[in-house]
Amino acid sequence: MTRPATIETAELGLDEADLSLMLTIRAFELKLLDLYGKGLLNGTTHTCLGQEYIPVAMEALLDPRDRVFSNHRGHGHYLARFRDPAGLLAEIMGREGAVCNGVGGSQHIHRDGFLSTGVQGESLPVGVGVALHLKRTDPGRLACVYIGDGTFGEGAVYEAFNIASLWRLPLLVVVENNGIAQSTPTSRHLAGSIAGRAAAFGIRHRLIETSDVAEIRRTLEPLVSRVRSHATPLVVEFVTRRLGPHSKGDDTRSAEAVRDLREQDWYERCAAADPDRFHLLDAQARAHVDAIAAEVMARPPSRWETR
Amino acid sequence: MRVGENLNTALAALLAREPNLYVLGEDVVDPYGGAFKITRGLSTSFPDRVLSTPISENAITGVAAGLALSGDLAIVEIMFGDFAALAFDQLLNFASKSVSMYGSRLPMRMVVRCPVGGGRGYGPTHSQALQKHFVGIPGLALYEMSPFHDNLAVFEEMFARAQPCVFFEDKVLYTRRMGAVEPPFSLTVSGGVARVFLDGSPDCVVIAPGGTAHRAMAAMRSLLVEEEIGCTLVVPSRLYPFDELDALEADVRTARHVFVVEESTAGGTWGAEVAHLLHQRHWGRLARPVTLIHSADGVVPTAAHLERAALVNETTIHSVIRETLRG
Repeated sequence: MTRPATIETAELGLDEADLSLMLTIRAFELKLLDLYGKGLLNGTTHTCLGQEYIPVAMEALLDPRDRVFSNHRGHGHYLARFRDPAGLLAEIMGREGAVCNGVGGSQHIHRDGFLSTGVQGESLPVGVGVALHLKRTDPGRLACVYIGDGTFGEGAVYEAFNIASLWRLPLLVVVENNGIAQSTPTSRHLAGSIAGRAAAFGIRHRLIETSDVAEIRRTLEPLVSRVRSHATPLVVEFVTRRLGPHSKGDDTRSAEAVRDLREQDWYERCAAADPDRFHLLDAQARAHVDAIAAEVMARPPSRWETR
Repeated sequence: MRVGENLNTALAALLAREPNLYVLGEDVVDPYGGAFKITRGLSTSFPDRVLSTPISENAITGVAAGLALSGDLAIVEIMFGDFAALAFDQLLNFASKSVSMYGSRLPMRMVVRCPVGGGRGYGPTHSQALQKHFVGIPGLALYEMSPFHDNLAVFEEMFARAQPCVFFEDKVLYTRRMGAVEPPFSLTVSGGVARVFLDGSPDCVVIAPGGTAHRAMAAMRSLLVEEEIGCTLVVPSRLYPFDELDALEADVRTARHVFVVEESTAGGTWGAEVAHLLHQRHWGRLARPVTLIHSADGVVPTAAHLERAALVNETTIHSVIRETLRG
């Protein structure tokens, strides 16, 4: 495939590789919903539609030897780290070549320092343990844990914050605050603020409201460097949007509310900024995911041999 | 040597030998050395790896899992095993699952130590025998401390499994002597099973894990003297998965009467699991179904006289065995 030269544009704040990756994640998630709609997928899934830019922005700030913990809504995190839609789709569909042989599925993935789990808040104490290990054996590396606003209902969050701060551990907590926990808006499940909760433990907190990848990286680079150099925790809170349902077909929000969110979506903003290039890259991403889906679906079932 | 001292020595030996072993728990550092003094001296020798934590059982267990995930070894002390309820998610949904849920075997070398059991007047939330609540979890092995099993060897075995283990320690054992058996009883320890026996064929087999073994032995002595009933005691180190049927084979075939003793309250017990396994193998040759001996169906009371009445003890064991065999 011939690819156009990388273009930096001030309007997008994105180079082509970043935009392509965001579009690939978008296309991947849309493909999953399409496959579910057709009855071709087993179980459930949680798409990150609207949040794709966050792991793409973060990935440039992370070292390959950092450890990354993802959650139930983790496809974007995995794809930003490994650019492996085929392995992930095979995992979700239980086909040969699945990252975890089809055992873990959408929300339990482990590969080279990346691990996702399906229970809210569970990975934070684990991330603290990994950060303790890294501080002693590999200074400068960090444990990055992605959580959501809903996760703040779990006590494990505060137990982990407390220990990470007390023991001065290199723990980077990335909060994807999409304003809704399954069907419950943040205003109905979270008293006070995430910033206030971080402050209570003496942990620095940074709010990110833009979806501009370059601006996010410029803002966070010195803060993430400090996590490494000072072995100290940091909470980065992204104000973001979940465009899709919690899992599949379970969105109780009004069409109008979702339409408002779509108007704020990075996808619309980027499309308007440079329509020709955007639509070319988008078509490429969709074609790429379509081809992968067709190929993965034709594979034999995965096999689970080493238990 | 006392059992608690044997355990403390084992932990010290492991910390000295394994440079990537951590011991985590509430109040485990010196000079306090843990609520039951099992970690006394360890933080003085290994200050970077023996760490007192906040009162956060969930997080401590998660931290241990994170260390294990990174290739380290971790031992968690839950101050009172009852509080392991607060760590249940990390054990059930993360540590034990991680061994296999990512599609290939992921080694997780971690042990959660749980002091359990009553007899010390600590009341309903500090006296439970919690073993039964952890039985049957894939990827989670259960062990119980006993006076007949050297703790260093048991910890070596638990880490060699490369899967999370829960180690139950009956609190009343800490101050008892290791390996004490008095004539006419003899002791052999082979693999994970200790066997206390008399010369000649036994009338029954009594399976009793570490915390109940001394109570069973007292009952065996009185049954011998008063009733001329001869018992063989079997003390397994590993409770789950329980695969000591081969070690029990000869005794069960001879005696045809089997009792399983545990301190747990009634209902959904470890003994029921063991009985099921024995029934599957020996149904046709047993004189009657395996008899379960355990504590009463209720909370463990605080007042000494009430607690005594609720918990399984040598009198309970004696009378159940006598009534079962003599009618």
